[in-house]
Amino acid sequence: MTRLETTGGLIGRTVERVEDAGLLTGRGRYIDDLPVRRDTAHLAILRSPHGHAGISAINTHAARALPGVIAVMTGADVARLTRSMTVGVKANVECWPIARDRVRYVGEPVALVVAENRYVAEDALDLIEVDYETLAAVIDPEKALAADAPVLHPSLGTNLINERAFRYGDPEKAFAAAAHRVSIRIAYPRNSCTPIETYGVIAEYDPGEDAYDVTANFQGPFSIHAVISRALNVPGNRMRLRTPPDSGGSFGIKQGVFPYVILAAVAARVSARPVKWIEDRLEHLTASVSATNRVTTLEAAVTADGRITALSWDQLEDCGAHLRAPEPATLYRMHGNMTGAYAIENVAIRNRVVLTNKTPTGLNRGFGGPQIYFALERLVHKIGDELLLDPLDVIRRNLVPADAFPYRTATGGLLDSGDYRAALDRATTEGRLDALRRQRDAARAQGRLYGIGYAAVVEPSVSNMGYITTVLTPEERAKAGPKNGAQAVATVAIDPLGSVTVKVASVPQGQGHRTVLAQVVAERLGLAMDKVRVNTELDTERDAWSIASGNYASRFAPAVAGAAALAADRIRARLATIAARQLNVTPDRVDFRAGTLLDRDNPDNAVSFGRVAAASHWAPGTLPEGTDQTIRETVFWTPDELQAPTAADGINSSLCHGFIFDFCGVEIDRKTGQVRIDRYVTMHDCGRILHPGMVDGQVRGGFAQAVGAALYEEYAYGGDGSFLTGTLADYLIPTVMETPEPLILHYETPSPFTPLGAKGVGEGNCMSTPVCIANAVADALGVEDIRLPLSPSRVSEWLYGEERPPSKPLDQTPVATGASGERMLTGSGSAEVTATRESVWAMLLDPNTLKAIIPGAHEVRKVSDTHFRAEVTLGIGPVKGRYRADIRLSDMVEPETVTLSGGTEGALGSGRGTGRVTLTETTTGTRIDYRYEAAIGGKVASVGGRLLDGAARVVIGQFFQALARHAGGGAPPSAAAGFIQRLLHLFGRHR
Amino acid sequence: MPRMNAARKHPVDFTLNGRTVRAEAENRMLLSDLLRHEIGLTGTHVGCEHGVCGACTVQIDGRPARACLTLAQQVRGGDVRTVEALSRDPAELSPLQAAFRRHHGLQCGFCTPGILMSLDVLLRERPDAGREDIREHLSGHLCRCTGYATIVEAALAAAEEQRKEEKPNV
Ligand code: FES
Ligand code: FES
Repeated sequence: MTRLETTGGLIGRTVERVEDAGLLTGRGRYIDDLPVRRDTAHLAILRSPHGHAGISAINTHAARALPGVIAVMTGADVARLTRSMTVGVKANVECWPIARDRVRYVGEPVALVVAENRYVAEDALDLIEVDYETLAAVIDPEKALAADAPVLHPSLGTNLINERAFRYGDPEKAFAAAAHRVSIRIAYPRNSCTPIETYGVIAEYDPGEDAYDVTANFQGPFSIHAVISRALNVPGNRMRLRTPPDSGGSFGIKQGVFPYVILAAVAARVSARPVKWIEDRLEHLTASVSATNRVTTLEAAVTADGRITALSWDQLEDCGAHLRAPEPATLYRMHGNMTGAYAIENVAIRNRVVLTNKTPTGLNRGFGGPQIYFALERLVHKIGDELLLDPLDVIRRNLVPADAFPYRTATGGLLDSGDYRAALDRATTEGRLDALRRQRDAARAQGRLYGIGYAAVVEPSVSNMGYITTVLTPEERAKAGPKNGAQAVATVAIDPLGSVTVKVASVPQGQGHRTVLAQVVAERLGLAMDKVRVNTELDTERDAWSIASGNYASRFAPAVAGAAALAADRIRARLATIAARQLNVTPDRVDFRAGTLLDRDNPDNAVSFGRVAAASHWAPGTLPEGTDQTIRETVFWTPDELQAPTAADGINSSLCHGFIFDFCGVEIDRKTGQVRIDRYVTMHDCGRILHPGMVDGQVRGGFAQAVGAALYEEYAYGGDGSFLTGTLADYLIPTVMETPEPLILHYETPSPFTPLGAKGVGEGNCMSTPVCIANAVADALGVEDIRLPLSPSRVSEWLYGEERPPSKPLDQTPVATGASGERMLTGSGSAEVTATRESVWAMLLDPNTLKAIIPGAHEVRKVSDTHFRAEVTLGIGPVKGRYRADIRLSDMVEPETVTLSGGTEGALGSGRGTGRVTLTETTTGTRIDYRYEAAIGGKVASVGGRLLDGAARVVIGQFFQALARHAGGGAPPSAAAGFIQRLLHLFGRHR
Repeated sequence: MPRMNAARKHPVDFTLNGRTVRAEAENRMLLSDLLRHEIGLTGTHVGCEHGVCGACTVQIDGRPARACLTLAQQVRGGDVRTVEALSRDPAELSPLQAAFRRHHGLQCGFCTPGILMSLDVLLRERPDAGREDIREHLSGHLCRCTGYATIVEAALAAAEEQRKEEKPNV
């Protein structure tokens, strides 16, 4: 690739962003802001409260009857109009965007309602009755492999959906010859870079042409367009997919909107109306998409002086309940750089992909990087510990040397450029590592817990669209045909007045692509930046695009901006030819400066850009012979370096490889276990920098998300598959208070493979920072088995061992976990009433009384003398839902004791419990004693245990207090009432 | 006050960005939905609908408030201000907005309107606000793009500028 020389000095400057004026004044146009047709209806989705259950019946009668409801659909209705989504491995499974006969994760769509507005659509969800037969769930990827584990997909017969082994060089020999073998085992947790804007889709269907028209805040890759078209059973040209002008962030996540594109499209078809769906936050956290969790065992063969000669990877990837496109890409994106920043010749890899009862996984900033580097960089530190070497020396000793670039890795990657040692040395000097070490010594001398961690990683960018086929065997690949490349596209157009428009398929998610493209194209054409206008909306029916289009794998600066420069240069060459004739010089003497084309040797001989540019429109006959028009130029660019996997499974999975070296100092509060990042230094070589302000913005943003992943964020599941972090009060994203400011340093070695020399930069800290912090914590505590997130409770466990139960029993038994992983509650209480035992007894058996005293009951029906059915609405925090309860009476000793047992089920969760009620005669009436045991599962569990336990106690307490009141006595204890008030106040929402 | 009926829409009269408006809303309609979908001012964003992210922050009677935790009916007779009113002239940015542009205090811009409405109150009430005040004030907002540093810088710059303008001779 020949580097483009640049002239105008716009590239590389931190100019103000053209995007900002609109965004700062409330004039952004995000998906939920776009005008829609007047007859647009709204979609709401009923979701599974169970991690694993069979669906035996769905009754939608009442929902359909609700005024304002236009259509109700179940999985069977959707399946009639669609096909299963394509699965990326050879396996006998189907993958539907909505459950059919079985739900496999909490939040899985079960039914769709289209109504006049979202409020009514949600009302109708409450009226859908689903009969579930719960099944045992499996959450842990290793347990999912056990012989007796519940199998998610019976057609597959196992939860292991793919396994491949790879061998590069001669790892066995290297291990046999090694002076040391060092290994580490890592369980990397689930998390998500969850953006502040959720998913949104607006869909239409034209029955006359059998064509769908969908606008969604989808981010790409547009290879997914093929998956959508196939699932909807239409050719690609009848599946128009458009993106809105603005997006509220994505970080990979908005790739996962595509199953909802399919659902909304079908909903529009069935209801014969345009349909709009905006995901809410609970839906987003519970069921949008997640990064993979992974269990890794990594072993290194190491020489006596700390040189790594071989790596052996064993990776067990958990992709959740379905293998959704493009998974298992998370596991293969890093395949070419499994040796990180190090020169290691021999590698063995075993990759297994397993399915569990969790949300399906997908793109997430860093994509595969956090998982591998956590293992690799923890291992490098451990090598230092075991060989009594400074981990920094181990890093330095193993780095790819500067004279080896471009460097072919053992697994087939081609590291484009760099001087890793020089970058590392500059980082330690400018980042004052010496001072940090002295600080650690001083802190330790005072008995404080202080540690230093390092991480060196290569940050891949511009994915090879063929890397995912590494999951297939060479024979399967040969049959399927080769896949490779990374088509980037840009169009530069000039209108009849000579102004320039740039159009790309990069689908920005807030990064400022329009600004950088204006910089690049204006510079190439010698124009002021404001003479160039950029449009980044994508419309698959009108715009140039390909499967690699979209915003992922940090491809904008290296690939898309480069394609725009190439398109501008093609037009520039033609403009020079046209101007040369007007200026009476040879084309090579024509220069572009400040809106004019001029003779470089005689600048007074000049003609305006607009005049030359307009000639193709107004006077095409005047163009020199053989010179093509300058109206519009579209360039598709794909790098030659991105080839299909070789027969030996070598794969250059990415075009560019930035280098990052981080180090940090952390202090741990001995009392609380809190980790404080004292100092963080991050050195980046991302090739040529196009806009320093934006590059630093990407680094800081990625760093903040990585701090979240390291210290706070985890998608947590209960043993029954219930999702426990469904609100932003439970899934803790760092605020400004938790986000330290890193020192950002740069070392520029331009990539020889990209038109502008740029490499990707957006994802690196998501790969380097979690492990850098973990290494520092390991250094501070001397603990090897570091697990994320490093919450105070977890760190305290390492400091003090596991918390022991208190020696004195508490009044209320603490929450325990039930056999199937539900939350168990127990409690007891009593109330004095004035009524006689007989009348209290009668009340307990009377549906009307029960209706009055069961909190939130709308209706209580008597099925038999000992069986009642109730419909109740309960709100716990922000989660308000309708439940059906079955209550049975047993062990009846009239009028003394009775056992009430019951189960309740609703869209938001399920509960079951038993209560023993004893009535004792007193001098003034009756004393009611009660004792209960209850278990709660499903979505309500995701609003946060703290809230739930309290709320459940309050609800149960309310029942007995109401009974007491009804029987004439027993004022409700004020503590409970106060708690309810506080809850209502806290959430301020009384629908 | 007339008795309200859950199934019907009821008028809501209030002042919005300096103008009197009459809208109609069911009792359960949120202020965020009223502003965005009934009135059509989409500058106020919704990120969580449970009061944590701060994207929906508007000013009600001069105080920052979560539009997603406010029922439309609660602003009857009140004074609501949204991001659309932050600069007097739509072609120009207010000093705070301009500082955000200068300091790259936004990327996707989804969290930005809420943050601006919050900071606008802070700078009005506490012209002397320093870095720590600003950080504390911002802690009620989530931004997933920027890592916050540039937001703090922008706010500091705007505060500084405001102080200079108020005491031009000092
Ligand atoms: S939308 Fe109101 S605080 Fe998040
Ligand atoms: S700028 Fe995207 S969330 Fe703040």
